[in-house]
Amino acid sequence: MNKKQKMMLARIIAAFVIYIPLMIADKAGSFERLSWPVTFCLYLVPYLVAGWDIIYKAARGIKNGQVFDENFLMAVATFGAFGVQEYSEAVAVMLFYQVGELFQSYAVNRSRQSIADLMDICPEYANIEEDGKLRQVDPDDVPVGSVIVVKPGERIPLDGKVISGESMVDTSALTGESVPRRARPGDEIISGCVNGSGLLRVEVTKEFDDSTVSRILELVENASSKKAKVENFITRFARYYTPAVVAAAVFLAVIPPLALGGGFGEWIRRACIFLVISCPCALVISVPLSFFGGIGAASRIGVLVKGGNYLEALSEMAVIVFDKTGTLTKGEFKVSEISPEGVSEEDLLETAALAEGYSDHPISKSIRDAWTERQKRSGSFLDTVARFDPLGTKADPDGQPALDLKRVRDAQEISGHGVCALVDGKQVLAGNEKLMKAHDIACAPCTAAGTTVYLAREGRFIGTIVISDTIKEGAKEAIEALKQAGVKKTVMLTGDKKAVGEAVAARLGLDEVHTELLPGDKVTEVEKLLEAEKGKEKVAFAGDGINDAPVLSRADIGIAMGSMGSDAAIEAADVVLMDDDPRKIAAVVRISRKTMMIVKENIVFALAVKALVLLMGAAGAATMWEAVFADVGVSVIAILNAMRALRTK
Amino acid sequence: MKKKFKLEDLDCANCAAKMEDAIKKIEGVANASVSFMTQKMVIEADDARFDEIMKEVVSVCAKVEPDCKILM
Repeated sequence: MNKKQKMMLARIIAAFVIYIPLMIADKAGSFERLSWPVTFCLYLVPYLVAGWDIIYKAARGIKNGQVFDENFLMAVATFGAFGVQEYSEAVAVMLFYQVGELFQSYAVNRSRQSIADLMDICPEYANIEEDGKLRQVDPDDVPVGSVIVVKPGERIPLDGKVISGESMVDTSALTGESVPRRARPGDEIISGCVNGSGLLRVEVTKEFDDSTVSRILELVENASSKKAKVENFITRFARYYTPAVVAAAVFLAVIPPLALGGGFGEWIRRACIFLVISCPCALVISVPLSFFGGIGAASRIGVLVKGGNYLEALSEMAVIVFDKTGTLTKGEFKVSEISPEGVSEEDLLETAALAEGYSDHPISKSIRDAWTERQKRSGSFLDTVARFDPLGTKADPDGQPALDLKRVRDAQEISGHGVCALVDGKQVLAGNEKLMKAHDIACAPCTAAGTTVYLAREGRFIGTIVISDTIKEGAKEAIEALKQAGVKKTVMLTGDKKAVGEAVAARLGLDEVHTELLPGDKVTEVEKLLEAEKGKEKVAFAGDGINDAPVLSRADIGIAMGSMGSDAAIEAADVVLMDDDPRKIAAVVRISRKTMMIVKENIVFALAVKALVLLMGAAGAATMWEAVFADVGVSVIAILNAMRALRTK
Repeated sequence: MKKKFKLEDLDCANCAAKMEDAIKKIEGVANASVSFMTQKMVIEADDARFDEIMKEVVSVCAKVEPDCKILM
């Protein structure tokens, strides 16, 4: 509780202490002998203790032309109650109104705080090394290219590249990923992560304003300004609701007594009930709070939703379109098939790895990685190390098996064809079909989906190695989870070859696939789907943003891969997956559905209670107590309900 | 120009909406948003008249919610 709230609490307690004995005495009948001004004055004491500020604010509001604010309405309602000599009620209404307001302000502060804590990723300082001494400076003042030191346990203040030191970095605040990521010299690290146990020296590559942490904070802060349709509806509704109820109250106070005769007292009492209910606070607070909670829950799992409107759209998502590379597949190439001809698989792979040993080409790297992987898996590597390499020279310091590149001589790259090298003194050719043709080597053409490397030794074809993109872990589960979450159609678009695209789509269980598309064609395909869905159902597009920024902005919901995607994609997208995990899409859809559910519950509940009490009030069946409940009680319940959005898993 | 301001003691969501409405009506303000949740205000307005506009913003906000302070 802050100072203001504590003050309020003290006033409420004081008012109660005065009010309760008064009420008991009143009920016991000891006020009957007193004249009404005395009773009035007695009750005025707790009333003013609890509510003087309401009256003050109401007066100030009138001066400033803010007639229909809640202070004014409460003041008029309680004055009305005093006017019809319901002193006890007047004090009680004011008292409970203040209790409700206090509780409401406390609950809102708490929820705002817990959401703010989630986004507490802003670094406070950066350590700069100067003459061997560390100096703390504002991250804003660190220029690109300077070297900062990140001590164990500190938050990384700026994006950069590790120059020295090694550590495990906790990225959970940004990505929701609980497994720490390793940072070694040469690795890029992003701001907002927490350094593990090692000291890192980092060369700054981006200014603070452009660094990951600033961009994320900006996105989240701007999220609340993009309002969902329901939110706008509620704001508009609130603008008409209060004047309408007040008008009804005036009508109720004046017309029935004139028409039916009899006293004004009873009708004024009923009109006061209307005034108490006329504040739309339950809706005005709880709806944005629910959206804010939903956005908070999403950011906790590493998904940035750029506004309430997108959360609303996600809940209505019926079709999702995926880009293949980088979204469903890793975009990194791995050996998927080894077909030897007259030699063993190991021999073929090792020969290829050695021949490509000096090449920087991504395909060569994939072949070398496959060899390393196989050595580790077979276990023969450990035996080899133990038997022939007691000093461990064959293994690099990480304990990884390493190729003995001394066996390779005269390696040369033939651009557009492949490589040619002497391995153990024998000439080895590794490359595409053209290379084999150029050397007049007969080979069986390979039709597998992917890139094929043909190998020949001493002029004889010894087999092929196929390298293809690998499917992301969890991609299949992601598609299944989306279907479970109620997404009707899953589509994949790719610029890749038909065979490759269809193979991936079949393995993932996608409903539709369109292959060999140019970036422009992707827009056309998405537009076709939008056309087919026109109406309520929403079409989402998920991509890594390389070439597909236009599609991201064209779709109803653009979902970008944050860590792999380009800045342009993050800019163009409505939802950003920080760790590129497609499973998070289903999770955020669930969050959005729950949030929308809560919003609808709150709207229906608040309106129903208010309408009921208004009707009862008009008919004379409700007291001031019910009115106070319909106002503050409903607000508090709606706020508590809204907080559930934050806790969605 | 777009500028962000922190707000202090913004206590009611309805007032935030009213403030936003009132600010948007000031001449020269291209866009404005008052966020009750983040207790922040973003104003997009003419560069040349920004200071002048801000003075008006402060007085408009004081009318709606006198307790709320805009931290410059």
